[in-house]
Amino acid sequence: MSHLTVFEHDELPAEQFEDVEQQRETSSLGMWMFLSTEVLFFGVLFTSFFVYRTRWPEAFAQGAKELKWWLGATNTAVLLGSSFCMAMAVHAASEADDRTIVRWLWFTVVLGTLFLLIKGTEYAIEWHEHLVPHFRWSPVAPGAGEPRDPQLPLFMTFYFVMTMFHALHMVIGLGVLLVVIVLARRRHFTREYHHPVEVVGLYWHFVDTVWVFLFPVLYLLRH
Amino acid sequence: MTTVPYNPDYGRPARPTYLSIAYRVSSWLLTRDHKRIAILYMIAITLFFTVGGVAATIMRLSLMTPDGRLTLPETYNRLFTIHGVIMVWFFLIPSIPAVLGNFLVPLMIGARDMAFPRLNLASWYLFVFGGCFTISALVLGGVDTGWTFYTPFSSSFSNTHVVLTVAGIFIAGFSSILTGLNIIITVNKLRAPGMTWGRLPLFIWSNYATAVILVLATPVLAMTLALLCIDRVFHVGIFDPAKGGDPLLFQHLFWFYSHPAVYIMILPAMGVVSELIPCFSRHRVFGYYFVAGSSIAIAIVGFLVWGHHMFVAGMSVYGGMVFSFLSFLVAVPSAIKVFNWTATLYRGSISLKTPMLYALGFIGLFVMGGVTGLFLAAIAVDVHVTDTYFVVAHFHYIMVGGSVMAYLGGIHFWWPKITGKLYPEWAGRIAAGIIFLGFNLTFFPQYVLGYLGMPRRYHAYPEEFHFLNVLSTAGASILAVGYVLPLFYLLWSLRYGPDAGPNPWKAMGLEWTTSSPPPPQNFERTPIIREEAYAYDRMTPQGSDNTPIIPLPAAAGGARESGRPGSRPESSEWSDQ
Amino acid sequence: MSHPTPRIYRNVFAALMGLLVLTVAAAFLPFDRVLPTPHAAVWARRITISIALTIAVVKGLLILLYFMHVRYAPRATWAVAGAGFLWLAIMLALTLADYLTRNHPGIPNNRGEPRYLLR
Repeated sequence: MSHLTVFEHDELPAEQFEDVEQQRETSSLGMWMFLSTEVLFFGVLFTSFFVYRTRWPEAFAQGAKELKWWLGATNTAVLLGSSFCMAMAVHAASEADDRTIVRWLWFTVVLGTLFLLIKGTEYAIEWHEHLVPHFRWSPVAPGAGEPRDPQLPLFMTFYFVMTMFHALHMVIGLGVLLVVIVLARRRHFTREYHHPVEVVGLYWHFVDTVWVFLFPVLYLLRH
Repeated sequence: MTTVPYNPDYGRPARPTYLSIAYRVSSWLLTRDHKRIAILYMIAITLFFTVGGVAATIMRLSLMTPDGRLTLPETYNRLFTIHGVIMVWFFLIPSIPAVLGNFLVPLMIGARDMAFPRLNLASWYLFVFGGCFTISALVLGGVDTGWTFYTPFSSSFSNTHVVLTVAGIFIAGFSSILTGLNIIITVNKLRAPGMTWGRLPLFIWSNYATAVILVLATPVLAMTLALLCIDRVFHVGIFDPAKGGDPLLFQHLFWFYSHPAVYIMILPAMGVVSELIPCFSRHRVFGYYFVAGSSIAIAIVGFLVWGHHMFVAGMSVYGGMVFSFLSFLVAVPSAIKVFNWTATLYRGSISLKTPMLYALGFIGLFVMGGVTGLFLAAIAVDVHVTDTYFVVAHFHYIMVGGSVMAYLGGIHFWWPKITGKLYPEWAGRIAAGIIFLGFNLTFFPQYVLGYLGMPRRYHAYPEEFHFLNVLSTAGASILAVGYVLPLFYLLWSLRYGPDAGPNPWKAMGLEWTTSSPPPPQNFERTPIIREEAYAYDRMTPQGSDNTPIIPLPAAAGGARESGRPGSRPESSEWSDQ
Repeated sequence: MSHPTPRIYRNVFAALMGLLVLTVAAAFLPFDRVLPTPHAAVWARRITISIALTIAVVKGLLILLYFMHVRYAPRATWAVAGAGFLWLAIMLALTLADYLTRNHPGIPNNRGEPRYLLR
């Protein structure tokens, strides 16, 4: 984790370590620990969501029906695909095959960007349908005129907050992936030293896991 | 195989220390040395303590008269808020882990630095950056919600700088997450050969448990504060009952972090005391494994009790019963520690040096604060004394009578190691006595006040509480003197104090085997540990017998702690720096 | 340290996609019209959330164990990975312990309002 911003080789291993293997294990454990903090970070949102779901069941069921499940499902497929590409990239890194690393990482970036584009489209549709609390809201559905549950804004707030925090993590992940691609193209990695790819992979898979829980919780609890 | 004698440069090392290796400002502000980062933290938290202390002084002066006319009611609200915010997040939480922990953890386990030195420096910058936000909120007029930011007042109604203050806390939160992460990974991966888990000093066990809490609890605070800001800025009603929100949800989420946070504040203090007591009674710790295990137990069970802050807030009765029971449970490991410390003292050879005075004061005051916590855990009692000065006295006994005294005790104990200088012992003892006296005079009357019904966070009170409030303010003025004194004599000792030598206290522990101040890489040669911590009864008459520094024979492959065959480089690679 | 092979990655990916199809399909099953009990809506909600979360947990486990190599990792990694989820479970369980036990008939703070789960 601490080597991600270094473009030249630091002396390996770093001074406080005895060998590269210890450094690799330490980096990995450090990233895992950070991911645990992220579980709790997102966990607050899930906890609050479930609390309010027990409090306002009709509003939350209606909210799930308002969301475009097919876009969410497509996004899930896209993100799972990007996770697969990331896993393949990490595998290529363990064999120090730079060209393959770069290729799989580019696939990951492309799919991740596709995810964000689809998400953006969803947001645009929700904007169009006056489903954005505080910014563009109407208490009845535009056009057909069906009145909306008065607590529906609460559901939509959680939808936007949760997906935006997730999207923020994806953007950061994409940025870091681009850095790693640059490093791989400069032949920065060897068979012993490739833990930046591994560590970024862990982060990316985690972001995928968050979405794996976000999708059913937001889109599929329609009753 | 001969043993290597102590650093032959006794007193004034010819080899550079971590202090003398470079003097430029940039060498401090861009350092990766955990010892320098610890000092940076020490300076920062001292400044914050001063701000929080000034707020408390004004509060106590205002409370000297029943009408509280020294301050406007709104000003009083802002004072107790900023006092709480700064003392909790910008003094107590970083105090022992980020100052003493950063300095000592690698030294105590025989490592050359923390696992992630650059993250360590980043955490200090985040801390200062967050502090800037909060101080600027203070300068712009402050916040009046209380350090607990209860909704919907903070999210919908308060017209003070909530978002600015909360932003500062959010940023400082990342600082503490990084510190905790660093401590855990360092202790897991960088222990010297022979340093098994069962030989770790209890200070390490405590800081490890604290780090676990830091890592698992702080993210919850971060998201809760983020939701608070979203609710405040966008008026979406996450915590506003008028829009379907539940104010109690904020309290659940806030206290899920903030209760473990109080264990972040007390566990490292207990770790310090666990170091001081054996050293100054020349006695091994009684029940080492119980003390170590109790640290872990406090860390875990401390996560299960947060609802006891909300007994009267509208929680369900069943929920209350569960939290009450668990709150009684969490007192058990703390009590185990107190019993073990007492048993360590028994038949020990006690010397009442300054650090020991602080440690003994800790034990007494912590017990008083702890048992009043049990009063509060009983719902029937809590209904009467919640939100009164009884609660205020309870947590100040633990946080000030406990944590701050342990912090001062630790600073005095390790001052020779950190600076290479000895402070004047007579001055230390006087200051410790003044602090003890001033503290009790300040806070004991508050137990009585709370029991008699004086509410907290009120700027004015009925005439019948006047006398006790005057006592409390008088105590506060004595306490203030006690806190200022160490600032003077410790700084004085930097220039005029005698050189300390590696081990002025004749203590056991790896940190005492290296020079004072230590060299930049901590040890001339990586130590190998062959005995348990605190083997004071095996100490030779002339002093500490811990000479674990042994040159590595080139042929022997010492196994590293993870059990893998050592890939150890030649000892000569490390012998000269 | 052993690592999973690309074949394993492909199989896991296929399983994940299959589970995705399953979870979407299950969300549209008409439990509220099929269940005969008087509280059909409530039970439909409970069944839906149980199925959705179970499938999500299985998918999450597949990603954790195989893509993130937890299955092949040392014990420390298991502990760290598990700790985050365990603590989340604590937060959920004890918070819901409050919310799910409010307004039960027969206990002191009941004001006669209906229980949250039955509408």
